[in-house]
Amino acid sequence: MHMSLQIDLEHRRNVLIVRLQGELDHHTADKVRFKMEEELLRDGVRHVILSLKDLQFMDSSGLGVILGRYKQVRAKGGKMAVCDVNPGVYRLFELSGLFKIVDIHDNERSAITSLEVVS
Amino acid sequence: MNGTNTMTLSFSARSENEAFARIAVAAFVSQLDPTLEELNDLKTAVSEAVTNAIIHGYDNDPSKLVKVEASIERDTVAIVVSDEGSGIEDVELALQPLYTSKPELERSGMGFTIMENFMDRFEVASSLGGGTTISMLKRIESKKALYN
Repeated sequence: MHMSLQIDLEHRRNVLIVRLQGELDHHTADKVRFKMEEELLRDGVRHVILSLKDLQFMDSSGLGVILGRYKQVRAKGGKMAVCDVNPGVYRLFELSGLFKIVDIHDNERSAITSLEVVS
Repeated sequence: MNGTNTMTLSFSARSENEAFARIAVAAFVSQLDPTLEELNDLKTAVSEAVTNAIIHGYDNDPSKLVKVEASIERDTVAIVVSDEGSGIEDVELALQPLYTSKPELERSGMGFTIMENFMDRFEVASSLGGGTTISMLKRIESKKALYN
């Protein structure tokens, strides 16, 4: 079956890197929710980086699932960061006020560095 | 281009059709040579309206049909997304940013705010039990549209 969203997960010490590729909408949001929820239940995971270089499309359903995971990360005392955000996704984050609660970085390396400082 | 160019889609209220609807509208509008930003705005607005129809209008009932109509007149695209579902009880409340009638579903409550911001004109007509119709307009400011 053709999948319109791919999720790649990588653990780096206490940081979970989530790379999304494709389109994040109502149809694909549950997949992101369940995969991330499961990973965030692990003891060693504290912070999350959403790496969005290959995310071609996102709508408000994507915002919903990101806000849900933000709450989960916060409850564990962690931080969430996003990086490599394309202009369309950037506009959506800006409109929703997401940048008030989530740090934005140019790339994964700078996001990892900033989280290593706080952890 | 002379006169109006129109198209109509009618499809099952299934979430996998959200991508189909926005991609079909984008393909139809591509004849105006929109910028990537304009195309992304249109796709996002269509995705929001269709998702609302599926989740809120029809409560994910795949036996129901969502209708998307698009028309191009000169440099302007008109899009109408309609359902014959449950309708919105209080439209003014539904238009508030961050409001959602289904908080248990992790909805962001940003759908209408996005449609209003990404399109030039936006209107909701809804009645309880009588369905919802979203009408939107966007001017495409590409070079090609200017010469038509």
